[in-house]
Amino acid sequence: MKILIKNGIVVEPIKKLTDKMDILIEENKITRMAEEIEITEDMQVVDASEKHIFPGLVDIHVHLREPGYEHKETIYSGTRAAAKGGFTSICCMPNTDPVADNSSVIRFIQHRAADEGVVKVFPIGAISKKLEGQEISEIGMLAEAGVVALSDDGNTVMNSGVMRRAMEYATPWNLPFISHCEDQNLVDNGMVNEGYASLMTGLPVYPKAAEETIIARDIALAELTGAKLHIAHLTTKGGVELVRQAKAKGLPVTAEVTPHHLALSEEDVLSFDTSYKVNPPLRSKEDVTALIEGLQDGTIDIIATDHAPHAYEEKMVEFIYAPFGIAGIETALPVIYTYLVKDGKLSLLEMVEKMSSKPAEILGLPVSKLSEGENADLIIVDLDRELEVEIKDLVSKGKNNPFIGQRLTGWPVMTMVNGKVVYQRSGFNASN
Amino acid sequence: MSSLKSKHMLGLDGVTREEISLILKTAEAMKEIFTRKVKKVPTLTGKTVVNLFYEPSTRTRASFELAGKMLSANMMNLSSSSSSVVKGESLIDTGKTLEAMGADIIIMRHSAQGSCKLLSQHVKASIINAGDGNHEHPTQALLDMFTIKEKKGQIEGLTVLIVGDILHSRVARSNIFGLLTMGAKVRVVGPATLIPVEYKKLGVEVFYTLEDALQGADVVNILRIQRERQKKGMFPSIREFHRFYGMNERIIPYLKDDVLILHPGPMNQGVEIDPIIALDDRAVIEEQVTNGVATRMALFYLLAGRGNQNEDLN
Repeated sequence: MKILIKNGIVVEPIKKLTDKMDILIEENKITRMAEEIEITEDMQVVDASEKHIFPGLVDIHVHLREPGYEHKETIYSGTRAAAKGGFTSICCMPNTDPVADNSSVIRFIQHRAADEGVVKVFPIGAISKKLEGQEISEIGMLAEAGVVALSDDGNTVMNSGVMRRAMEYATPWNLPFISHCEDQNLVDNGMVNEGYASLMTGLPVYPKAAEETIIARDIALAELTGAKLHIAHLTTKGGVELVRQAKAKGLPVTAEVTPHHLALSEEDVLSFDTSYKVNPPLRSKEDVTALIEGLQDGTIDIIATDHAPHAYEEKMVEFIYAPFGIAGIETALPVIYTYLVKDGKLSLLEMVEKMSSKPAEILGLPVSKLSEGENADLIIVDLDRELEVEIKDLVSKGKNNPFIGQRLTGWPVMTMVNGKVVYQRSGFNASN
Repeated sequence: MSSLKSKHMLGLDGVTREEISLILKTAEAMKEIFTRKVKKVPTLTGKTVVNLFYEPSTRTRASFELAGKMLSANMMNLSSSSSSVVKGESLIDTGKTLEAMGADIIIMRHSAQGSCKLLSQHVKASIINAGDGNHEHPTQALLDMFTIKEKKGQIEGLTVLIVGDILHSRVARSNIFGLLTMGAKVRVVGPATLIPVEYKKLGVEVFYTLEDALQGADVVNILRIQRERQKKGMFPSIREFHRFYGMNERIIPYLKDDVLILHPGPMNQGVEIDPIIALDDRAVIEEQVTNGVATRMALFYLLAGRGNQNEDLN
């Protein structure tokens, strides 16, 4: 059966296209895109009137928690949460148990994703064995197994010599390094922004300098070794400036920001609500403004969720005992649309670019484009739909989402991977 | 004003001047009970008050216990040397258990900032914060302010200096919030590693030299220095702390004649305070303890009935 998506507005960031177009899908591929495609009997028609069609979103920063922490999330639940959020390709971080620092764990994740997943899963391998920052992982074998990047996310490789050697050693495989920038000596047990948040709560401080010193170090190491460097979850004004300078020098440095660091700030932490406990912490309003400016001028290349699910009971404790993390993959698109696009801070095309084609480009992911001959990885989005985020609607096992209770606009109504519908909103019927 | 807005006392951040004045005024009446032969009134008869202490405490716990008993409450003391997390039961579950036992007021001390707020969101009892980590210790600040008002007649316009480890001090934080609300000028002094400079934004004057900070100070509140801070490298040695920030003989010439010297206790004599200062006529450290009972009685009085959930039990 062919599928014809009719009357939708196609937003395609590579050709910078925003046009009303019909899309014909045969088997797993987009075979035709045209202003008007006539309906024939062998077609199943999806009415996308008043709706937008984006290429499937790409999230390069996700914690699927499997293997080892299946009570927080599994590949089964995490990929369904991704599909609901409009993501058709995701990259999962290696801080699992066992750590994804060897090809066996990578292959396990790939097999589980093939068996149980509904979106494309690209594993990221660890820089150091067991994420301990001491000995470098078997980077060559990780590359052979198909990792798309290297990261010790959650940790920083604190020993600069080890980081340098890893970057140097990885040269033949040209894998990007995704750096979680946190000087652990400066952070110690810190957990909230040093400033208003720490002042009012008495919670241990996580200074901005902890992020900035490691960004500066890793930029210097990227320059020294020629490695591609991608800065994970940028949160500070100073960090944005460092990336801006590195780009001006022509260094291969890219950066991401999360929806929560764009939409929330340190003042939210005063509630002691553990949904706001995240690493790096929510920063000041001034930092948020700088992040948005960085996104606008291209210093920050992409938006990534850092989807970090935790079990309900793990977060229902005193703030200092709660684990860090926000599980935001299901709300990422509406958060960005509501907070940035509706306010005119980001155009629709920019949003789609920074959440699909650009992240794919940074990691060189074999991700389909929204054009003829490509695999059909696309989503239909209702930009007028306003919905209150309710805990019962979240399909991720992690309910640690600070946007619960907020009304957000711009929700995916259908997600298609390789021509197959993997998510559709109840009430929106693709098989009509 | 005759009542408090909230049925909880979680901290002085957000508590109004009228509310603080009401508590201090009520405490005056409560202190009068001390002078009676029979030190007991029936205000809290039939109410259950729980002292839930996850951190060791002598004076605060005893003070709440005595305050409750003088008001005829059924007092229950629960202490746990380990935190709820270590014990395995969550704080919320412990709170629910106490609620099921009919607790009207739960006084909690806990090492985690915000823990009292968390508890207040899950139980119907009134929660009184007896110290939550480095966050707040509102009853200590209230008794300090009561003592200042008693001795000085007023709080507004006075210059109050807080000395020592401001960074880790819940006493400092609650005092700063309360004193600023009451119109006092607040100064802090201590090693630069122990003073969060953000306090300036709230209007607090920051000093690094004790002699300078003491000039014109009407009240000096000396904080306890925890020796483990030195081990964490916050300052080089106890000896050096004592040299620059210890209230000792050296600073006597800088004290105002009518200065009021406070210390929340327990004192580290020879560290942040020397006996010559503790025994000075201008120090009112023991009287603070008496005032602590009166202030806590006042709080019980004002919160009594507010957290009553017994009618919901059947």
